[in-house]
Formats: sequence, C-alpha cells, structure tokens
Amino acid sequence: MSDKETREEKVFRLTRRKALKGLAIGLGALALPPKGASASVWEAFFQKNFRELGRAEIEKTLARLEKEYSAQYGKPVKVKATPPLEGVLYGYALDLSRCIGCRRCVYGCVTENNQSRDPQIHWIRVLRLAKERGVDLEHTEHYYNPSKVPEEGYFYMPVQCHQCENPPCTKVCPVQATWKENDGVVVVDYNWCIGCRYCMAACPYGARHFNWKKGGLPAGEMNPDTHYLGNRPRPVGVVEKCTFCIQRTRELDGKYPACVEVCPVGARKFGTMLDPESEIRYVIPIKRVFILKEDLNTQPKFYYFYSV
Amino acid sequence: MKKVWAFLRGCFTLLKKGSKFYYAWVSFLLALMVIGTLAYINQMYSGLIVTAMRDQVSWGFYISNFTFLVGVAAAAVLLVIPAYVYQWKPIKEIAILGELLAVSAMVMCLLFVTVDIGRPDRFWHLIPKIGILNFPQSLLAWDVVVLNTYLVLNFVIAGYMLYSLYYRRQPNMKYVLPLLLFSIPAAISIHTVTAFLYNGLSARPFWNASILAPRFLASAFCSGPAFMILLFQVIRKWTNFEIKDQAIFKVAELIAYAMFINLFLLGAEVFKEYYSDTAHLAPMKYLYQGLNGHTDLVSYIWTATFFNITAFLLFLIPQTRENFVTLNIGSVLIFIGVYIEKGMGLVIPGFVPDVLGDFYEYSPTSTELLVTMGIWATGLFIYTMLLRIAIPIMNGEFYVGEDGVHPYIGDQEFLFRRGLVTEEDDLMAQ
Repeated sequence: MSDKETREEKVFRLTRRKALKGLAIGLGALALPPKGASASVWEAFFQKNFRELGRAEIEKTLARLEKEYSAQYGKPVKVKATPPLEGVLYGYALDLSRCIGCRRCVYGCVTENNQSRDPQIHWIRVLRLAKERGVDLEHTEHYYNPSKVPEEGYFYMPVQCHQCENPPCTKVCPVQATWKENDGVVVVDYNWCIGCRYCMAACPYGARHFNWKKGGLPAGEMNPDTHYLGNRPRPVGVVEKCTFCIQRTRELDGKYPACVEVCPVGARKFGTMLDPESEIRYVIPIKRVFILKEDLNTQPKFYYFYSV
Repeated sequence: MKKVWAFLRGCFTLLKKGSKFYYAWVSFLLALMVIGTLAYINQMYSGLIVTAMRDQVSWGFYISNFTFLVGVAAAAVLLVIPAYVYQWKPIKEIAILGELLAVSAMVMCLLFVTVDIGRPDRFWHLIPKIGILNFPQSLLAWDVVVLNTYLVLNFVIAGYMLYSLYYRRQPNMKYVLPLLLFSIPAAISIHTVTAFLYNGLSARPFWNASILAPRFLASAFCSGPAFMILLFQVIRKWTNFEIKDQAIFKVAELIAYAMFINLFLLGAEVFKEYYSDTAHLAPMKYLYQGLNGHTDLVSYIWTATFFNITAFLLFLIPQTRENFVTLNIGSVLIFIGVYIEKGMGLVIPGFVPDVLGDFYEYSPTSTELLVTMGIWATGLFIYTMLLRIAIPIMNGEFYVGEDGVHPYIGDQEFLFRRGLVTEEDDLMAQ
C-alpha cells in the first residue's frame, strides 16, 4: 500500500470515527435531559418513588415542583403532601334516587382537580340507565345529551374511583407507583408511573385515566391549591384518578370533595367511616345500599343507595 | 476474553460481506427501520394521542403484536424437544435456527412493550435495586423476568455453540444440555406468564377464563412453527444451508396436533360462553357477531377461524402436508389466522364493551402501523444478522484461521438465488 493510500484510509477512518461519535452523542442527547437543562431536570429524572423519600427530600421535591408549576402557570402554586389524618377511613355514598344526571359533579371535579381540557379527562362518568332494566351495565348510555335532565324513564348513575379496600389496580402495577393510603384512598405517584396502563386494564370501574397528550390544562383555569398525590398538574404519559380530593379532605379545616359540594340535589354523602356520628355511618345501616360488581370482591368504599 | 473479542471482530467482518441481494435486503430493512423510528419520534414528541388507543381501549396494536410474538418465540421449543430430548438428527441440525428466531422475537417483544409505555424514559424504575420491580405481586413484573431470562438463555445457548464451532471445537454438551433442557420450561413460562397477565384481571371477563393459558400455548405451537416452515424454505432456497424435507414435514405434523388442541379449546370456550349465556358473553358476542351495531372485528375473526380450520385440515392429511404447495398455503393461513386471533382478536374484546358498557371501536392509526412495521423490520434485521453468522459457521465456511486470530471466510455471498435443487434432482444425482 502506498503512503497516499494509507493516509487516505486513515483520513477516512478518522472521519468515520467522528461520525460515529457524533451519532452516539446525538442519541445520548435524545435520551437524557439537554446539556443546558437546569439541575432540577436532573433531579426530576432521578427522583425516587414517593414512599421512599425522606422528610427533607419530600420538602425539596415539593419546593422544586412549586417553582416549576408557578413559572409554568404564571401564578403562585402550592404543592402539599399532607399525610392521611389519624383514625380516618373515608367512605362515600351516592343516592341514586336523587341524582338527576346533570353532570355538575363531572365538571366540578375537572375544575378542582386540574384535569386536561384537551382532550377532556373526566374522573367521574355518569351513566344513563333505563328504569325498566335497572342497574344493567350492558345497556348504558354514556353520551346522553338532552336539553333537560332528568329524562322520563331513565335514572343516572355516576361512577368514579371506588377506593377499593382490595384494589385490583395497585396489585398489578409493575413498579409500585400506585398504592392505598391509610385513609383508604388509592393514589398514584405521577413521577414514578411508567405509563404501562396495566392498572387501567385491571380496574373494573373505569376509574383510571391516561394522559395521552401533554399540556391540556390552560394556565387561567389551573387550580393552584394542589397535593402531590392528588390534583397537581400531571405529566404526559402517566395514569391519574379520583382521590376523594385529598387536597381538600385531608386538611384540618377540611372541606368536602368538590363533587359533594357541587351536587345540586344533595345526592352525594361523604365522611369517615370510623366516626359513628358521620353522615356516611348514618346512611349505610338504614338505607337500601348496594355496591357495584360485588362479585369481584374489590370491597369498594363507594356505596350506592336509594333514599326513597 | 481475547478470543471472544477476536470472534466478535470476525463476525463484524463477516456481516459486511455479502452478495448484492444481501445488501439490498439489509438496506430495505434499514429503510423500514428508519421510517419506524421517525414515526416513533413523532409519537414521543406528541404523546400516545397519535395512536388510536384511548381510556376505553387502553392497549391496542402494539400489545397485540407483543402477545403474538411471545408465542412465536415460545415455539422454538418445538425444535428443541425433538432435537435434544429425542435426539432426532434432521431437526437437531436446524434447532439453532429456532433459538435464533426466539432471540429475534424476544427483542421485538421488548421493543413493542417499550413503544407502548407512556414514559419510556422511566424504564429504569423496573430495575430491581435501582428502581422497584413489584415482584411477585405484578404479573407484568413476572413477564419482565421470564422474557429477559428466555432472551438471555437462547442467546447464550446459540452464542456458545456458534463460538465453539468457530474455534473448531465441539460444544461441551455438559454445559449446553442443562441450558437446553431449561429452555423448555422457560419457553412454556413466557407464554403462560403472558397469558396470566390477562387472565388475572377479574375486571375483564373475556380474559378471565382459566382456558386462556392453555389456548395461548396451543396457538403458539401453531404460529411459531408455521413461520419457521416458511423461513426454512426461504433459507434453503437463498443460502447454501441444507434443511431436510423430513424436518419440515415433522414440524408440520406437530402443528397439526397443536392446531387440533387449539381448535378444541376454542370450541370449549365458545360453548361455555354461549350456552351459559351470562352477562360475560358480551365481548365474545362483539367479537363473533357484533354487538349493538359495532362489528369491526367480526370479519377478521371469521377469517381467522376459517384460515385456522382450513390449515388444520391441510396439515392433518399427510398428502397435503407433504406437498410443498399446500404446506405453504397452510403455513401462511396459520400465521395470519393466529396473528388475528392471538393479536387484535384477543386484546381488543377485552376492552369492548368497556367495564361500564361503553363501546369504543379501535383501529390502529398510521403511526401505530409504521412503528409496528419498523419493529418487524428490526426483528428481521436481527434475524438476518444472526443467520449471516450462524449459517456459514454451521456450514464450516466461517472459522478461525491458521493464525488463531483472523477468521477464514468461505461464504462471501450469503444470500444468492440457488438453482432449484429439488429432491428429485438429488435422487437423480445419486
């Protein structure tokens, strides 16, 4: 081989090596946060599961999220991580004889819990059922749209997360990104969920929803009072669900969940089942109560009843 | 270690050599892979909204392909059993093709899961110690374990055998045989665990039937081997690797048994659902008859049923089984039939009607089709590369040279159109 050929080969090799290097860097840059990204991006990427965080780490995480959301939505955003109250087990009862199917609960929930508006995510789904058939899930209308409710011959059944005592959804999660808290509420760590949607397949009540698209929450409509495991804005590609409004109910000056508050006919009852004086404890023993899909042994803490 | 590097370097040198057919085929696959990657980048950028999946039907085409391919991978044991349990020589010569197919199919499975999840950047959450693998509670965690075990197992077995042959030694069966025998239950486990993944969900009556895992296995032993029969013929037509007719016919015979069991189990399930006529009939009705005017899957599933039954008959009768025209028709029918039945036909009715009786009719978007095409191309690309190395080694045309470092490469072409050497010509020559 002549000198020239050797050199040419060398030159070629060098450029190829450079090209490969460039390709490797390019691919790496795609997978990892960009070089210019602030330290918080790295922190977010390597954040541990919420249940493994120490007190100081939680504080740091909340501060980071507050800063991020405040900048993104242009207003001061509070992110709490209030733990379950001692001696509390939440229960919920819904009066089917009162519900008029107005869907105010659906939209009250969307506003309170920062659900995506585009596409719309609803944590509550109201089913229209024919009175002559009763609770028959084979014949439900999800998209009823009359000018006036209630309609003759129909009754309405809102369905949301039943906060099961034996939840099929938490069991199947491959990374323990979802679990049942001590107050009985099933929550999701949106920063740990990998978006496999196995929990959605496992839920018998259609209570889990996926963020198919990012940025569906307009800044103006964002509710800045949030909880880490509850209504804080969700990233794209993760699963979310009803939490009985833990950002409201877990506070000492606690409020009812938004859906209870907004219901115009008082069909929704909420309280702690460990308190004998609570409304929920009044309803369960004396009304005609049933739970949905009892045969699946999910043991919901969401009860349906008929007051009349 | 040095020898391993020399082997790998030799393999890379070999991969670069080939006929113009080889280059054309590989470029074709690479082009499809690039298209698939672009579609996937678009999906990453926009979110899974670009798929047709929604809250009602939360798994779709990707998971359908995943399920089907687990079956294809599991079917490699159909070669391992006759080869190493019964020591049947014609299949022993080709068992490695099945193992390499299992490797390629497993990689495709892992890719299909990766493109389906919402946060691929968080895949490390699945790694024990660094993240949290919810084992043994979650069946998906089980699947992660068994799929990766099976992938590594087949890779190690085939890799070790080829490595030994490259250095012109007989593989030490003391090491290989236990692994080969272990690969039999491992193959059964990947399909059983994948079936249990669906089976364990009480919310989905269509999947919550104990017959599901046996049905999975039976159909796997049809689709995988049918694919292999077609591949074997392509391989022996386009490369200089010999595969005996006997081996192909034996595989076809095994398919006939498996298809019989598959159809029987299907019949058992259809009977139970229709005769008892409970609320749980709805998804099956949706699949076979259409429900409330929703009939998207009906024509597909009847096509699949018709294909499977026809293929069963073709494989059952020795005359049609041992005739290459009907054999190939049967193989194609089975492949398509099981692809429909174990893919969309299994996944979608689990979600339609949904748990609250809503109907969302799913049909994949162009993004899903392109990404899927890209992954299939990737699988074929990997298989081609593996064969490019394996076939010359087994033919004794690729081994370490005299100096013990540089490879000898006899097979410069790899892919070429062989003259039609039929059995008759062989006999004439003799």
